[in-house]
Amino acid sequence: MSVTAPESMNWRMGKRFMRHRMAVASLCLIALLAMASFGAPVIEAALDVDADKTNLFNRSATPSLDHPLGTDELGRDLLVRLLYGGRVSLIVGLAAAAVAAVAGTFIGLLAGYYGGWLDSILMRVTDGVIALPLLPLLIVLAAVDLTKLGLPTVLTESENVSLYRIVLIISFVGWTTVARLVRAETLTLKRREFIRAAISQGAGAGRVMRVHILPNAISPIIVATTLSIGNIILLESVLSFLGLGIQPPAASWGAMLTNAQELIWANPTLAIWPGLLIFVTVIAFNFLGDGLQDALDPRALD
Amino acid sequence: MFRYVIGRVLESLIVLLVVSFAIYGLIGLMPGDPIDLMIQSDPNLSPADAKRLKALHGLDQPIVDRYIAWLRGAVQGEFGYSRNHGRLVTNVIGPRITNTGLLLGLSLILSLTIAIPIGVYAALKPYSRADYLVNLFCFAGISIPPFWLALLLIILFSVTLGWLPASGMETVGKGGFFDRLHHMVLPVLALTLASVGEFTRFMRASMLQTLRQDFIRTARAKGVSQPRVVVNHALRNALLPMVTIIALSLGRLFSGALITETMFSWLGMGKMIYDAILGNDYNLALVGLMFATLLTLIGNFLADIGYVWLDPRVTLSKART
Repeated sequence: MSVTAPESMNWRMGKRFMRHRMAVASLCLIALLAMASFGAPVIEAALDVDADKTNLFNRSATPSLDHPLGTDELGRDLLVRLLYGGRVSLIVGLAAAAVAAVAGTFIGLLAGYYGGWLDSILMRVTDGVIALPLLPLLIVLAAVDLTKLGLPTVLTESENVSLYRIVLIISFVGWTTVARLVRAETLTLKRREFIRAAISQGAGAGRVMRVHILPNAISPIIVATTLSIGNIILLESVLSFLGLGIQPPAASWGAMLTNAQELIWANPTLAIWPGLLIFVTVIAFNFLGDGLQDALDPRALD
Repeated sequence: MFRYVIGRVLESLIVLLVVSFAIYGLIGLMPGDPIDLMIQSDPNLSPADAKRLKALHGLDQPIVDRYIAWLRGAVQGEFGYSRNHGRLVTNVIGPRITNTGLLLGLSLILSLTIAIPIGVYAALKPYSRADYLVNLFCFAGISIPPFWLALLLIILFSVTLGWLPASGMETVGKGGFFDRLHHMVLPVLALTLASVGEFTRFMRASMLQTLRQDFIRTARAKGVSQPRVVVNHALRNALLPMVTIIALSLGRLFSGALITETMFSWLGMGKMIYDAILGNDYNLALVGLMFATLLTLIGNFLADIGYVWLDPRVTLSKART
């Protein structure tokens, strides 16, 4: 081994991550997808089409210069609708993962730091949520009538209500993994000298958690959150496919596949693109999470 | 052990009770209660009639009272009538449970038959080209949307080749054992492919870990042949954690069954729950959801108990954490 300047921690992590060819490729792919789907309005304008405008004279058209991927069963441009669907999937995936991570971190910190009865209660609740049948429960939550909850109509009739709702209900069941990880990490960190030193010097609980425990527990949080994004995107697409997620006319990959199933005998090709995009996006996030795991945790080399 | 089992059973019952209350409350929040729906479909009903009907069915009571009344019936095995089926809930779910059990059981067997050999094979040649391919297969299996996979199967086997029926449980007016078997192929296949990636991944990891243990090296040093080491020494031990994984995945398998049943019009519990929730069939939805919760709880329970029972090295205090 040649003698070189000592490498910084970040540099080494970066190098370990870059070794994961699939993870790097996935990161590029996700970036590309994000750019394309958030640039959907621009592409829409450039192609001079309207994602929601139906044209019954041009139904199920084959790809052409005007419509690069053809049109759907109502004559809407397929490419642009796919990009808008991608926007939904990415927003739901990232937002729900972030909300779940924050909630899970908070709960895990509290349970691990204070211990005792608070820990017991929080962990029982965590066990309870894990014991819930995931998909049936999400279907119930998606079917709940928001006006019966007493929410103001401004909210229940807002255009994006199905988006908010899906982010909320998925994060509601998704925080448990991070909570358990953070609790375990907090329990071990709490016994370490530097934490005890901080406490003995009069640091308050909030400060110890924020400044000393959280930065040391951040790697597993990042890995678990990244790995959860793929799952969340799958859940969103399943709910939309079952007609309980994003509501038409807004485009989502899952709902596009519902139409595809109805028209499966007449036009089976409709099923190809939305499903392929879900698949590729989810596998990309899973590879990314896997790569991050190896990069951030040198012990987990298997 | 006995005390532990009793404790776990009690704990599961408490979770079931809490969940049942939560679900009861949630179902009440779904759009339109049965009387509202009756009013919508019958213009002759006056508001006074509606009020009387609500009082008759106890819908004007506070939710806690209604829940206790429901619970009192439930412990005696009375779950009321299904509105959409016009029959007792208990009569509706009987055949549904059989159908879901058939679907889940067959696909679980098939999935393990594929996953165990592949996982073992990959673990025997870690980081080889074959292992890399297996890994890719696992990632694909975990990442593929199960309903898209089912659509692709329908496109291939029903639309293009015309070999297999795309939905239903039997041909109307035909029926019979082979006809039902014919209808079962695609749903079982779809559900199997949805879970095989995950099982393969766990099998590989478990086998890899077992092969590194000292007793494997001892066996090899004694001159035990490679097939014997792999099957008798390693595989038997590597299968232990798989028992836990299978038990823990019961809930997830059920979620998969819900999707598969809905897509293939397979008359099982999953499709029943979905239809009941969308069709405002309160009693049926409630029982269906309780069944799904019970299944998950039993899975978790079996995972804890099974592991302690099968592996003498694990003590109960360890299993608790």
